[in-house]
Amino acid sequence: MAVSTAKTITVTINGESYEREVEARKLLIHFLRDDLDLTGSHIGCDTGNCGACSVIVDGVLVKSCMMLAVQADGATVETVEGLAEGEQLSKLQQAFSDAHALQCGYCTPGMLMSATALLRANPHPSREEIRKALQGNICRCTGYWNIFEAVKAASE
Amino acid sequence: MSATETVEVAVPTVTWSGQSVPRKEDKRLVQGQGVFIDDMKRHAMGYLHFVRSPYAHAHITSIDISAAEKHPGVYGTLTGEEVASLTDPFFQIASVPGANVKDYALAVGKVRYVGEPIVAVVAETREAARDASELVEVEFEPLDAVTDARFAQDGGVPTIHEDAGGNLMWHGVYEWGDLDAAFAEADKVVKIDELHFHRFNSTPLECDGALVEYNRGTGQWTLHTNNQFPGFAAIMMGPAMRTGLDKLRFVTQDIGGGFGNKITSHPQLVVCCLLARKLNRPIQWTEWRTDFHLSMSHGNERWFLDTEVAVKNDGTLLGFRTRALDDAGAYLRYEPLGGVIWAQVTPGMYKWRHIRVDFTQVATNKAPVSPNRGYSRMQHLWFTERVIDIVAHELDLDPVAVRKRNYISVDDMPYETPNGCVYDSGDYARMLDIALELIDYDGVDARRDDVESRGLLLGVGIGSTLDSGTNNFGQSRLINPELQFSGNNEVATVKLDIFGEIVVTLGTTPQGQGHETTAAQVVADILKCSVDDVHVRAGHDSYWNSHAGFSGTYASQFAVTGLSAVKGATEMLAAEIKKLASAVFGGVPVEGLELAEGGVRIKESPDAFLPFMACGAIINANNAGLPDDLDVTLNCRYVYRPPFQVPDVEKKFGNLTLTYATQIHVAVVEVDPETGSYDIVDYAAVDDCGKRINPQIVEGQVMGATAQALGAATHEQFAYDEDGNLLTPNFYDYHVPHALDMPALKTGYVESPSPFTPLGTKGMGEGGGAGIHAVCAAVQDALRSRGGAIVWDSCNPYHRVWEMIQNPAEAGGKVTVEPA
Repeated sequence: MAVSTAKTITVTINGESYEREVEARKLLIHFLRDDLDLTGSHIGCDTGNCGACSVIVDGVLVKSCMMLAVQADGATVETVEGLAEGEQLSKLQQAFSDAHALQCGYCTPGMLMSATALLRANPHPSREEIRKALQGNICRCTGYWNIFEAVKAASE
Repeated sequence: MSATETVEVAVPTVTWSGQSVPRKEDKRLVQGQGVFIDDMKRHAMGYLHFVRSPYAHAHITSIDISAAEKHPGVYGTLTGEEVASLTDPFFQIASVPGANVKDYALAVGKVRYVGEPIVAVVAETREAARDASELVEVEFEPLDAVTDARFAQDGGVPTIHEDAGGNLMWHGVYEWGDLDAAFAEADKVVKIDELHFHRFNSTPLECDGALVEYNRGTGQWTLHTNNQFPGFAAIMMGPAMRTGLDKLRFVTQDIGGGFGNKITSHPQLVVCCLLARKLNRPIQWTEWRTDFHLSMSHGNERWFLDTEVAVKNDGTLLGFRTRALDDAGAYLRYEPLGGVIWAQVTPGMYKWRHIRVDFTQVATNKAPVSPNRGYSRMQHLWFTERVIDIVAHELDLDPVAVRKRNYISVDDMPYETPNGCVYDSGDYARMLDIALELIDYDGVDARRDDVESRGLLLGVGIGSTLDSGTNNFGQSRLINPELQFSGNNEVATVKLDIFGEIVVTLGTTPQGQGHETTAAQVVADILKCSVDDVHVRAGHDSYWNSHAGFSGTYASQFAVTGLSAVKGATEMLAAEIKKLASAVFGGVPVEGLELAEGGVRIKESPDAFLPFMACGAIINANNAGLPDDLDVTLNCRYVYRPPFQVPDVEKKFGNLTLTYATQIHVAVVEVDPETGSYDIVDYAAVDDCGKRINPQIVEGQVMGATAQALGAATHEQFAYDEDGNLLTPNFYDYHVPHALDMPALKTGYVESPSPFTPLGTKGMGEGGGAGIHAVCAAVQDALRSRGGAIVWDSCNPYHRVWEMIQNPAEAGGKVTVEPA
């Protein structure tokens, strides 16, 4: 008989509290996507390189494929689904659309979370600081140039 | 940093077309509300995981699935043996010998590349499916692997497909003009031993996937998938599965990048279909990143051997002959079409008329190649650009002057190439001037001095390319005269619904190109309404009836095929609205009516106005009393069919694509001779895709294609060891550009409308190859003072540059110049 490694965790996500039993091996990204159907955060690489799964955990930017769900027990998690206020896009989300900073939109949620974390820590970043802050997020469509423009515009 | 400069040449417009209308797609995508394949769930669905080959080449001697099937949570499995009994091998595009290849959805009896799917396991969770896959016992009898196309046909080399009788998959000779006369007229013959275009692909961030449901009552499968060419998948899958295409419903919504790499997922889709039926439950398959790298759609790796170029002393190019050798990998999923697609751009951008290409495609024990952004033309254009810069290098000529001397002139447009393709429009010399100005070419010498004073080497390189778009599928007959494909088509429907909603459906499968937006722009211009009033359904559904044999999003064609279909359907709808209004207004002639402000009115008395809402309501729900002969449905379907003829198979002559967008890129690099590392310190990309419906979207494509080219030129490669192991199976080892890798970019454009398309547009999504050519040329330029190595490979990571500096004769390309 296999020993269950399941554990009950409580996580606050975008202001809502969830209590679920999860296997110890389950990644935070799979918990968000598969268990809670919060599918805005994406998976692009399985190795922590691409950043499509980036979320903010207790104020810290995290690649949620590099963290176990059980490690998030008691934490406050912010995902792309929480950025807009109702129908009102955040300034950053609007800037992404205005600057054509997305094409397929697959990297966009992670990109937005990285940029959100940056702008909280540094509301008026230089272009070099923007580039550094986004280096953990891969985009295959845009070449990043319009993403830099969008983050810059949102910071002004 | 990212200075973006645009050279304005267009006149402002009052239409929606021509404006950078914000994308309709964005609102859902920036909120994480897109629906990508892995986002979808169904009650009691099973997760599919593939057991893959650890060997590049081996006989399968036994497969034991019993332990896997007993694993908790496992719903079932599928083996190659079952596939071979339930399906027929996929139809092959190739003529003999490639035609004899037997390709099934899972390996049958033998594996031919590392990562080839052998068994599929379906379970309640991703984790259970993966765990159970580890319990599948496969016994192999390993064979030697074939990993170098140049030696694939040598004696003693193992045969990969016994049914094909060897590793040759396809061979054809293309020859146009008079080679003997050209070489007799030449002053010099430049001989280039080998050039190698390396193996990589665009690695979309979302991997392949599907959610497949089987309806037992109707025998119909619904494939929610991110396959980008459902028309092709259907004709591959239907016959193999022994089913009519009406039983295969393809549905896409948001696709996380495609770039051609999501065309050939039909084997995996067949596995999903078979398992959905066998296990009577929805099957969810999401490819892991490593699986994608191991098995999906590598770009065509191509060698150019024994090239000879006939050239005059003044740099006039007369012709060339070469042997092109494609490494197709283990199966011919879309191949050997790469063996003809390049011929869309046979002379590149140059006037030479005497060309011979002896083309061979062989199988190797690597992942199958399939379309990748710039498919097959990129390889050939890289070759022609390499030839230009090698000739200039060897004859000590200015690469700018050689290009300008040989470019096809704007005055010669439309220009018929030696093989019968018709370049529709373009002004290459002007584009080059704009690009050179953007990087301040006149100041390069001063800059070179400054750079050298810092101990570095400066290089400038030009890449000029064509993005041929809107295929004439008749070119497939040059590969296999038995094939019955020709022309092209795309479908759109536009209707007025009951409350006046304008609803558009497309046959295309966008992956970020903004079709919902650009289609709405075209509709709004014709119906004289706002783009906000136009509802373009997201994605593709083959049950919408907006679908034909070539539907999909690939090969640079939406701006022509898709938008022309939209234009045709909308014009039909506009005419019907007027017909209806004519009846409602008591017989006012349609010539006296006009569309305006979301309705139709009498020109002479604009107060007589029928809003679209009234039109939709009358036809759909309030139609009693309308004239019997009023032939109006307000639901219009249009199939756009480009004007093509079947090419002459014997002469390999004919127009293979309808439009030719143009890109000229210039790269400036600084190379550190101590390490071989280099930075791109200045970069210009100038694009001409004819009429631009949405300039911002066009520029986005230019930027993205440029970034992919820079990644390919500097780092990205699917490298294999001699045993056929992929050395770059994830984003650690396969280094795609990151934010910090991007140089400053300057962009410019020219608009040369196509005379051959309804909107003056040209397809333009693939123009990235120019970046590879430009970087190769720039590195070669920089190395001139350090031994003058010839760049012979399309990928030049730092170590290769260092080797070329250390040992230019051995590490560089082998080139000789002989008098003719």
